[in-house]
Amino acid sequence: MGAIVFPKKKKRNSISYAKWGYIFIAPFFIVYAIFSLYPLLTTFYYSFFEHYRVGLTQVGPNFVGFDNYNALLTGADLLKYAGNTAIIWLAGFIPQILISLLLAVWFTDLRLRLRATSFFKTVIYMPNLIMAAAFSMLIWTLFSDNGPVNQVLAASGNQPIRFLASITGTRGLIALINFLMWFGNTTIMLMAGVMGIDSTLFEAAEIDGASSWQIFTKITIPLLRPILVYVLMTSMIGGIQMFDVPQIFTNGTGNPARTSMTLIMYLNKHLYSKNYGLAGALSVILFIITAIISFFVYRSLTAESRERKKAQKGI
Amino acid sequence: MLAALLLVTSAVFAQDATDGGKVLNIAAWNEEFQSRFNDYFAAAGLVPEDVTVNWLITPNQDNAYQNKLDEMLLAQESAAPDDKVDLFLIEADYALKYVDTPYALDLATIGLTEEDLADQYQYTRDIVTDSNGVQRGTSWQATPGLFVYRRSIAKDVLGTDDPDEIQALLSDWDKFDGVAEKMAEKGYKMLSGYDDAYRVFANNISAPWVDESGKITVDPNLLRWAEQTKEYTDKGYNNRTSLWSSEWAADQGPEGKVFGFFYSTWGINFTLLGNSLATPVAEGGKEEVGNGIYGDWAVVLGPESWYWGGTWIVGATGTDNVSLVKDIMKKLTADAETMKQITIDTQDYTNTVSGMNELANSDFKSDFLGGQNHIALFAEAAPKIDMSNVGPYDQGLTEEFQAAFKDYFDGNTATVEEALENFYTAISEKYPNLTY
Repeated sequence: MGAIVFPKKKKRNSISYAKWGYIFIAPFFIVYAIFSLYPLLTTFYYSFFEHYRVGLTQVGPNFVGFDNYNALLTGADLLKYAGNTAIIWLAGFIPQILISLLLAVWFTDLRLRLRATSFFKTVIYMPNLIMAAAFSMLIWTLFSDNGPVNQVLAASGNQPIRFLASITGTRGLIALINFLMWFGNTTIMLMAGVMGIDSTLFEAAEIDGASSWQIFTKITIPLLRPILVYVLMTSMIGGIQMFDVPQIFTNGTGNPARTSMTLIMYLNKHLYSKNYGLAGALSVILFIITAIISFFVYRSLTAESRERKKAQKGI
Repeated sequence: MLAALLLVTSAVFAQDATDGGKVLNIAAWNEEFQSRFNDYFAAAGLVPEDVTVNWLITPNQDNAYQNKLDEMLLAQESAAPDDKVDLFLIEADYALKYVDTPYALDLATIGLTEEDLADQYQYTRDIVTDSNGVQRGTSWQATPGLFVYRRSIAKDVLGTDDPDEIQALLSDWDKFDGVAEKMAEKGYKMLSGYDDAYRVFANNISAPWVDESGKITVDPNLLRWAEQTKEYTDKGYNNRTSLWSSEWAADQGPEGKVFGFFYSTWGINFTLLGNSLATPVAEGGKEEVGNGIYGDWAVVLGPESWYWGGTWIVGATGTDNVSLVKDIMKKLTADAETMKQITIDTQDYTNTVSGMNELANSDFKSDFLGGQNHIALFAEAAPKIDMSNVGPYDQGLTEEFQAAFKDYFDGNTATVEEALENFYTAISEKYPNLTY
């Protein structure tokens, strides 16, 4: 094969604008390095030390190798709290995605011609604007042993239910709060996704005599997949980081019997007692778990386009 | 992992205590001392005109106050003079944590003499005395505990509301259980919740929670509490509330169906009185018979002698208001006249042996307690207080123990062993240096 040689262009004396680009993005990188990267690296560093303070007494830092990791990974606690987190997250996420899908389809369906959709969109988004702590306190007060819900139950001749003393009650209410706070947000995102689908596809399906269910399962869902995976991924990472609602709701205890203790609440327990070594090791483990989940979700999200690319290359 | 060196932070202060500061910083966890200070010290014009009093109040729960105080004391040396803590409050559950450190000024440096303190209850002095025999704090109160009961319920169920006869019926735990059964038969509850009797058992343990090597031992008496409370819960003798919850407070009010509460001195005048009113003082109610169940209460010694709480004031090393600290301590904890006046005004039990014995033998009476002279009972119980088994970790251990066993009483953990397991887990998070 004969190589084609292009004549080299003479280097022109021009002003380089590249450095301005670097200068303009520099503030972000400086702030990131100081407030994110440096703490991140010290977290890794301190996870290998025994380093805590009890009262007025400082212990360490003493290098202990992988002792902190050993203590966390051989104990049953970490798995238990991961399980708690998963259960509470799923209990909130499953109804959230179902209701949001339904609402998104209804709100965007041209045949239904729903009135006042922007009013409803605002209303369902509202709970997200309330502080999680305030929302938790509100639900906690409503469902406490002497709270309004139990007063209504008692007034109608029923036995009061001690929601907050039961495992299902506590987990369920935390999931309910998460659901109420986030279903509006998810609905808006899914609506954007549905509206991005070419409307001629829906019209064509209708002309072909497809039922609403067929349109939903055969057109809406497959074309909504990228948005659905995005929602799943952000919600899952949010789920792993679940903290404020159960923390306030259970007053930091994760009770009953530590069944509402999430991973980050567990981390906070160690940070609260200034146990930087163990907390660092736990953070690193969570970092790795989050990274793995993100990787798999990202792969499944892009699997189709990768296959398509492969197929194209094959031609 | 724990073979590490325990480095005790040893603060070396350039000057332990000076004078001339313009801001008096007082660290506390509630407003109890603030009201004593305002009513009996500031109101008497004893705060110099150019000094501002600054209250640093952090709630007690989950060691929040202790953690905040630790931060402040560790920063004490480098803090600007007006930011230094001058006075801080501690309670029995963690007094030892601060007493044996250089952060607490000894009373001799402050300028209080043995003579000033001679009339105080001995135990209130022992607990704030460090391992070298130097006293580093002082209190205005002694806090013997009693059992407070509803007179109307006593009459209904037991046929009498006379404190002597009631005491005879409650003088040991077996009799106490018997009365609980009678209460349940008539639709009343013996106790409000899970933690009510806790202190009575916990004060009668045979060894401290944590030994010198840092090992936690759960005393058999605490397991007796668990056993009794489980029985009460299953048989419906209690109302399944938790300490300080709104349900617990409601049980002390006009709608309450609970026979009695274990309370110490401050609990009766500070907590129970407020809860028993139908119209709270803040809404214009008066502390008088006819408002709620004011006057429907009476006190007895109960099945065992016990105590609960107590607040000590400690001068902080590095203070720049040492003379003022001395004046406060002297006036508010060592002046018999002021002490007696506090008792007469507020029914609190104050730290003057002679003053309290005088009131005990007088015709002093409490309208809240149906005309009973409760000071006489306190004066009988106070000398029996034994704080030799307290330790620096008691607050955290107590809170986590009660929380872990709440799950057991609620049926969320099936066995005592499981509850203990959760307790140990919680403790290892809170105090990584302790073993079990």
